[in-house]
This record gives sequence, C-alpha cells and structure tokens, in this order.
Amino acid sequence: MTEVSATTQDRAAPHMTVSQTNVAIEVVGMHKWYADFHVLRDINLKVMEGERIVIAGPSGSGKSTLIRCINRLEEHQEGQIIVNGTELTADIKRIDEVRREVGMVFQHFNLFPHLTILQNLTLAPIWVRGIPKAEAEATAMHYLERVKIPEQANKFPGQLSGGQQQRVAIARSLCMQPKIMLFDEPTSALDPEMVKEVLEVMISLAEEGMTMICVTHEMGFARQVANRVIFMDQGQIIEQNEPEAFFSNPQHERTKLFLSQILH
Amino acid sequence: MTTLDTGPTTAPRPSFFNDPVVRGIVYQVLVAVLLVAFIVWIVGNTATNLAAQNKSTGFDFLWKTAGFDISFSLIPWTRASIYWEAFLVGITNTLLVAFVGIIAATILGFTIGIARLSSNFIVSSLATIYVETIRNIPLLLQLFFWYFAVLKAMPAVRDSIQLPLESFINQRGIFVPKPIPDPQFGFVWIGIALAIIGVIVLRTWAKRRLEATGKRFPVFLTSLAVLIAIPTIVWFASGASVEFEPPVLERFNFKGGLQLPPEFVALLFGLTIYTASFIAETVRGGIQAVSRGQTEAAMSLGLKEGDRLRLVIVPQAMRVIVPPLTSQYLNLTKNSSLGAAIGYPELVNVFSGTALNQTGRAIECIALTMLVYLTFSLLTSAIMNWYNARVSLVER
Repeated sequence: MTEVSATTQDRAAPHMTVSQTNVAIEVVGMHKWYADFHVLRDINLKVMEGERIVIAGPSGSGKSTLIRCINRLEEHQEGQIIVNGTELTADIKRIDEVRREVGMVFQHFNLFPHLTILQNLTLAPIWVRGIPKAEAEATAMHYLERVKIPEQANKFPGQLSGGQQQRVAIARSLCMQPKIMLFDEPTSALDPEMVKEVLEVMISLAEEGMTMICVTHEMGFARQVANRVIFMDQGQIIEQNEPEAFFSNPQHERTKLFLSQILH
Repeated sequence: MTTLDTGPTTAPRPSFFNDPVVRGIVYQVLVAVLLVAFIVWIVGNTATNLAAQNKSTGFDFLWKTAGFDISFSLIPWTRASIYWEAFLVGITNTLLVAFVGIIAATILGFTIGIARLSSNFIVSSLATIYVETIRNIPLLLQLFFWYFAVLKAMPAVRDSIQLPLESFINQRGIFVPKPIPDPQFGFVWIGIALAIIGVIVLRTWAKRRLEATGKRFPVFLTSLAVLIAIPTIVWFASGASVEFEPPVLERFNFKGGLQLPPEFVALLFGLTIYTASFIAETVRGGIQAVSRGQTEAAMSLGLKEGDRLRLVIVPQAMRVIVPPLTSQYLNLTKNSSLGAAIGYPELVNVFSGTALNQTGRAIECIALTMLVYLTFSLLTSAIMNWYNARVSLVER
C-alpha cells in the first residue's frame, strides 16, 4: 500500500461530485460462465456519473472479469449491461460505440511496442475519431504533460520504465476523451517506488470528476479517492459501502478476513 | 586499458601467459597458420592428382561447344551452343522455378497459416493435417510423387485430357494457349504502368488527407478500380488485341501453344507445397507471438477489427515472421537443385551434371555452381537483413 502525499490528500475530496440523476453504467442480473465454471453470479451494479468505485477481493473472485465485461472484452451470457445508455449485445456496432467512450488501463500496460509514445497516443484518435493528425498530436502532448512525461514523446515503449509506461497507457486512453475509465490492477505489475506516480495521476483524474472503476489492492487509494468500495468473492458482490464504513466496520465475515489479511 | 593507468594505483599486470591480449594473439596466429597450411596442402594434393590423371584445369572449356540437348530453356539453346550458355540456361531455369515457387509458396503458406488459427473447426483441422503431413514427408519423395505418380501417369498425347480454355494435359506436360499481343498492346502496358503510378499517388494523397483533415478515404477499393479501369480504357481506346494461339494436336505431338514440361510442373508443385507448410507454421507462430493484450488494448481504444490487424497485429507479427521466412526462401531456392532427380534442367542438373560429365572439369563446374547459390543466398539475406533492421523494435 502506498500513502499518497498529504497535499493531494487535502485537495482530493471536495471537488468530487456524483451525479444524482445520470447513470453511467448499469448492470442487471448479469451472469457469466467459462464453459462450466460460473465466474460471475447475479451481478447488479449501478454506477452514476462521477462515481469512483474500487473493487476489491481475493484473486479469482471475478473482479477483473466484471470490468472486462463492461467494455465487452469478455462476453456475458445472462442479464444486461448498459453503458452510457447503450446495451451491450453481440452487435459489433454497439460494442465499438461503447468502447469509444470507455477507456481501459491494463495491468501490463499493453502499449504498442512498434509505435512511438506519440504514435501510441494518436493512433485511436486518428483512426477511430477521425481527428486530423496535427490536432491529435496537440491533444496527445497535452495529456503527456498531464502525466508529466512530455519529454518521452518520441521514444518507444521499451525505452520507458514501468511507471512511465503505465502513465503513457493512461494518457493513451484519455486521448480518446472517454466518459468512463476502467482500471484493471494498474499498479500490480509495477516496482514499489513507481506505484505512487501512477496513483497520483489517477487521483488527479478523480478530482476532475471522471467516472472510474478500479480493480486494485491499493487500499490507501480506495480510502482516499473512492466514494464506494465493492467487495467480491466467488463471482458475487458480497458487500459494498462508503470507504470509511467499509474499512472500519465490515459486515460480512469474508470481508473481515480479507481486510485482516491485507491491512497490517 | 588506458583509463586504469591514469588512476593513482595501477593494477598489477598479469603474467605473460595469463594476459588475455597475448593469449588472443597467440590463438589467432595459430589458427591462421593451420588454415594456410591446410589450403596449401589441399591445392597441392589436387594439382598432383589431376596431373597424375593427365587432366587439365582452367575455365577455357566455357567457350567450347557443348553439343548436348537441354529439354527446357528460357534463352535460345541449340546443340551448337557453348558451355557458358549452358551455365546461363541452368541459372535462368533455377531462377524461374525459385521465383514462381517463392511467390506461390508465400500465398499458399500465408493462407494455410491463417487458416490454422481459424475458429472454424473444419478449416483449422484441414490446415493442421496439411502442415503435419507435408512437412513430415521428404521433399525428394514428394517430387517423385508429383512427377511419376501424378504427371507421368497422365494419358499419352493421343488421349490427352482436355481442360477448359483449350488447354490439355498429358504425359508430356500441360499445354496452354500462348498469348500473342499485337503491337498496339504496348499502349496497354503503358496504361498499366500509369495505373500503378496513379495508385501510389492516390495512397499518398489519402494518407496526407487523413493526417490533415481526419477524413478516411476508401483507398483499397479505389485503387482496385483504378487498376482495372485505366488499362481497360486504354485497351479499347487503342484497339489493342491479344491473339491466343491454342495448342493443336498433330500426329505425334501438340503444335503451337505453350508447353509446361512435367518436370517443371512437378518441381514447382513439390517445392511450393512443401515450403508452404513451413511458411504456414512461421506465419501462425508470428501471429500468435503478438500477445492477446495487444488486441485487447486496440479493442478497448475502439479500433475496428480491420484496423486492429493492419495497424497493431500485422506490423508486430511481421517482425517475427520475416527472419524465418527468409530462410524458407533460401531453402526453396537451394532445394530446387533436387529437380536434377526428376530431370528438370536446373543449374545442378545442367552444369554440375551434364557439363561436368562431358568436360571432366569437376572442380571448376562445382565451384561455379556453388558460387551461384552462394550469391543468390547472400543477396536474399542481405535484402531481408536490411528489411529486418528497418522494422526491428527499439528497446533501450
């Protein structure tokens, strides 16, 4: 767990507002199987615009699978997933529509190794959004400055450290100006001293009101940024609460066990 | 190490025999001396033996009349032609089968390699069966199969099997109509050249426009249209025409048309089908080497399937595919020498076979033949290394 500096902690909370009326993501009675294995069981989740949700749980509990269903990297077999008012079905056009508006950051960055940092950032804006190259590059430089590595623009991913690569990956998603950001264990593959630089970028995103769902083991981040923590085990949502209540007064036995093992 | 000497303390020099520099020099001199001694011995030995057998050496035979027949030649050949012309016939025949074979094997290999990754069970199983069968049977055996079991088993000339478009197949090969363009046809060639230039200009323009305005242009379909339309318009405007001279069966053989001898067809089939199975594996491996995460990242950015393949997967797969693909091209070229076993007059057959037997200049013939293959191989790998250096990943 990484403690984030006191200054960011102070200014974190007050700016973050949650919409009362606009639903960003709605998951209703969703089930998923891998062949015979029931990975997700009856998931019901409603995420309002501006919410910052942290999903925690033991490995194999289905938390990554859940967020991967939200941009259809995984297919669900039962129930509904509605993202920005578009229901995800087998319809490729709808899937592309959802993916354009939902950014995703992976555990292993998944930058395109054959393209420069700048090309990584402009690829989708040019080919998906049809933005002129010069404009896409200007946007890319803007986001590279936000993640504090504009000087790396013309290098290749292999030349950057893990923390820098993950910040590039975040900037790459932001260049598409998504309405929702999904983070799949964004700091799990990083060296400990690089976790902080990535978390700081995520915190500043939250401050700007980005709707976020993060699968993470960074409980300090959850306490500071999340407005809701969801605990999953064996493919089910077992418990959800505001971070203060979640950490100080967990209800379910499984949650207590989990917290006792990771908070030392 | 001069940098060490500038310091206040100097490391003690190792004793003479433990000094890596001294050892390095000693070993290199030793190897060089042994190598020179070996060469002097083998040259001397050869010269003595040749003298003992009363054989002369030298390349003067290249300008003497060869006096033998070659069944298939791209350049004019008669019994009165001289040996270096035979050498050229061998080279051109080898190049012909290698060139056509490489193109065909690439197309077939990529198709099968992609088919192996198909989610369709029947398609992928068929591709797997193809690969596992073909690459585990010796090439020579496959050549014998195509030559003796397939093509030589065809009916005699009199009972030729007629194929569509006035083509025939029989023991003596495949006979197809021969295209004879009239002089006006030159304009069509110019039209084709113009269309190719037009497509290059179009692609550059479309790329610039995409970068400037973000608007995409259907480059592929337009290019296709240009490539078909311009030559067709020129064809009709110039009134060009192509006569086809069909093969006609006379008393003993076909007259006219274009004959593809069974030796050529068998060698081409064998080489193509055999090499394609290896290329298929290379292609499959290359595509699978691109991690699933790359596809997922491209998907989550909203890139459509075609763009994902073109912009993300293929450029990365090509880096993995190209080096082994090069060695498959080299293998195909070198394996074409097995054509000697089924009587295709390629370089080994003509020059290290017939020419060598008639002149007795074994060293000269073999050396020249080796030199040709070495040149082909070095040229091919030079080009491929250049390509590889251009696309290799920057990692630090």
